[in-house]
Amino acid sequence: MDVATRQPFLGLNLERRYRLVYKPAVFVASLMPLAWMACGLFGWLGLSAGVDPVKFLELENGKTALNFIMLTLMMTPVRQLTGLTHPIRLRRMIGLFAFFYALLHFTVYVVLDLDLDWHMVGADLVKRPYITVGFTALMLLVPLAVTSTNRMMRRLGRRWNRLHRLVYVIAVLGVWHFYWQEKLDVREPSIYALILAILLGYRCARSAWLRRLLTSKRAHQAR
Amino acid sequence: MMTRIPRIAPSEITPPEKYLNRRAFLAGALAVGASFGRASAASIPARAGAPLDYTHDGADSVGALVHASGQNEAPNTWEQITNYNNYYEFGTGKTDPAEYAGQLQTRPWNIAIGGEAEVTGSFPLEEFVRPYALEERIYRFRCVEAWSMVIPWVGFPLAQMLQRFKPNSRAKYVAFETLYRPSQMPGQRVPILQWPYREGLRIDEAMNPLAFMVVGLYGRVLPNQNGAPLRLIVPWKYGFKSIKAIVRIVFTEARPQTTWAVAAPSDYGFYANVNPNVPHPRWSQATERRIGNPFFHERQATLMFNGYADEVAYLYKGMDLRRYM
Repeated sequence: MDVATRQPFLGLNLERRYRLVYKPAVFVASLMPLAWMACGLFGWLGLSAGVDPVKFLELENGKTALNFIMLTLMMTPVRQLTGLTHPIRLRRMIGLFAFFYALLHFTVYVVLDLDLDWHMVGADLVKRPYITVGFTALMLLVPLAVTSTNRMMRRLGRRWNRLHRLVYVIAVLGVWHFYWQEKLDVREPSIYALILAILLGYRCARSAWLRRLLTSKRAHQAR
Repeated sequence: MMTRIPRIAPSEITPPEKYLNRRAFLAGALAVGASFGRASAASIPARAGAPLDYTHDGADSVGALVHASGQNEAPNTWEQITNYNNYYEFGTGKTDPAEYAGQLQTRPWNIAIGGEAEVTGSFPLEEFVRPYALEERIYRFRCVEAWSMVIPWVGFPLAQMLQRFKPNSRAKYVAFETLYRPSQMPGQRVPILQWPYREGLRIDEAMNPLAFMVVGLYGRVLPNQNGAPLRLIVPWKYGFKSIKAIVRIVFTEARPQTTWAVAAPSDYGFYANVNPNVPHPRWSQATERRIGNPFFHERQATLMFNGYADEVAYLYKGMDLRRYM
């Protein structure tokens, strides 16, 4: 039995706590970057989007999408290292927000930056490798968002897990896209690359360790 | 050499009352000018946005207001021009220069002239600027990152300045260097570019009447984030050619090394002429976004040589501009 269910919180059981407290809280928190951008855009709360609001929106939405993807990749290590199960139950919502911000990022680029010049969008997609990479990441997010419902999870079963491993590819493409568009100063994208390397490296190390544990156990039993 | 003066239609002369109180401008210039001299130079405050504190021998006007942006485009605001800068000496963010350039001491300031010229040596800024009648030029400014502005600079033609030092026949190029002072330019503590920043022009490019030395903006002292106290403006080239905070000018026979061409030779060339037909390896240069345009405003077509082809195209006759990017 889950420890949490034994200690009532606000008199709510676990299911209702997720539905009424945790999920709404994460939902509101996930909208904060959007609220922050709106404040900048309209000059609320003394914030400013600066002289070039188009670039501001493009960059902020892109980075926020990347931040959310990184967050989703942190849930599993957090559970494995601390035993906390809450984060993983909120992962779907965070992943969907990553898709939301990536879509906003792309929309700003197409509508505000290129002004719906589809010829230019097409040329960019074909000729500019960093845009091709970013667009590929966005396209790969689509099937993950579509299959995020409970029904789809049940229907796909084990294949669902395999499909959603695409997030590793998406994360690499996303960081690569960020890195590649920089003119010179790659310090910020390098930080993302480092964090991603740690998150993926952790998984590789852990599965190698588990495999070794398993084989030595088998060897032990055989003896 | 052939000189071509930009054609100025009367309608293109910007009405001064629009943004510039010329009388106040002159009063300021004259008042400070009266007290000029080597000794007082160090004590002259050079606050960004203060009335220009330069004057020149004899003449009593600030010179013509030249609207050379071609299509009578409205200049960007002071706010926009001074808060959106690429000036890596103060950081790579667009607002870093506005935030950190205030600490740069622009007085005293000396400019060293060297190389293939009869007159060389070190000149205090005031003495350096004094011989020239300041004039205003409203130029298009096109960044290699595909954004643009229209900016009312105040300064004097580069050609006038160079001729004063009597370059000799071996002077094929002019090399410029920015101040190196990491204590006041925090960006220089990070080795992302080779410091100090260096730029250069072919001598005939430098002698073109459009090439301009700038000491002011909107009739005021040039703010530090825009390259105070002395910067170059070459309006038909991408912005990075227009070097800021100049401390050294050298006439050379060999083509000088330039910072961005050294940092990324496949992305940036020595010439860096604005050219919609030659894309940057990672983005198109065919169109540009004018800073300050409202949302849903169309991008505008980038013009050959940033719209100054009539004035400068002769410099590149017979050159393959794809090769000499």
